[in-house]
Amino acid sequence: MTLRWDVLAAILGMALATYLCRAGGYALLRATRPPPFVTAMLQHLPGCIFIAFLAPNLAQDGPAAWAAAGATIVTQATFGRLALSIAAGVAMLWLIGHSPGA
Amino acid sequence: MDHQGGKGTAFTREGMRRGVRAALAITLGLMPFGLVIGMVSDAKGLSLLETWLMAGLLFAGTSQLVALELWADPAPILAATLACLVINLRMAPMGAALAPVLDRVHGLRLWGTLAFLVDNAFALTIAEIRAGRRDAGFLLGASLTMWANWMTMVTIGHLFGALVRLPPGHPVFFASMTTLLALLVPIWRGRSDLLPWAVAGTAALAVHGAGLGAPWPVLAGAFLGATVGAAMDRWRETMP
Repeated sequence: MTLRWDVLAAILGMALATYLCRAGGYALLRATRPPPFVTAMLQHLPGCIFIAFLAPNLAQDGPAAWAAAGATIVTQATFGRLALSIAAGVAMLWLIGHSPGA
Repeated sequence: MDHQGGKGTAFTREGMRRGVRAALAITLGLMPFGLVIGMVSDAKGLSLLETWLMAGLLFAGTSQLVALELWADPAPILAATLACLVINLRMAPMGAALAPVLDRVHGLRLWGTLAFLVDNAFALTIAEIRAGRRDAGFLLGASLTMWANWMTMVTIGHLFGALVRLPPGHPVFFASMTTLLALLVPIWRGRSDLLPWAVAGTAALAVHGAGLGAPWPVLAGAFLGATVGAAMDRWRETMP
């Protein structure tokens, strides 16, 4: 169980930077009174953040991942059980990888 | 800011319990990523104590992975700090979007809850807000459950990573993606989301295609998509 000072310094720097990101956006909002347009934007942000994160990743992963993504969304929309939907996506990807001709 | 919904509902134990339950339902999807971080930390020569400190204080997997990719001897203090600042910038708009919940708490309950903010807990809380519940306890309960799961999996990855080494492309590592995909379903509010989401995805792909790395595709997509959504709202309000 060693703890090197340079590693500790790097970890503390990383932790501080990360906390600034976590708290900074809300702190800015709390300190200023945002115009209605910004408030409306905030309503739309959550879905857009995730789509913008997922799109490039999925595009890179190719058709097998798209099929797995489809399986996840259909399962979630049908049954509304997150654990089941997660498993369905992984299982789909695994099945495609192990199907004959893959 | 406490006055809107009565003092008792801003942060409750019952809300925390509900957050814990909601998070437990998706721990399955969050486990593989923790394993990866533990394994990579071990491979880069970090001790278990250093791995715990990094995972526990950061609790932000993607930035940890990127920082560990540029790990060197001595540790790259400035580069790792900047990597975290840039990659975790996507969490700044998340905190702002949680205003309906966070506006009603202050002090440690506010700034402490924010310290554990993480993508999946954010998504679960947005779904809660849209179901009409605004309890910061839910956010903290969900985040802390994910943190505990995270620390457990990072530890297992560090201790046994060499034994269970899975190939990088193994379907199990797709679980963190499927978790976010599944969480999109409760966030979806109907057809009015279609255009903003399409704009967000297209913009992210374009920025990514132009060769820009994280966080620019996410920030550009989120910002443009939200702008289109807000413009649509305004246009609809001004229609007779």
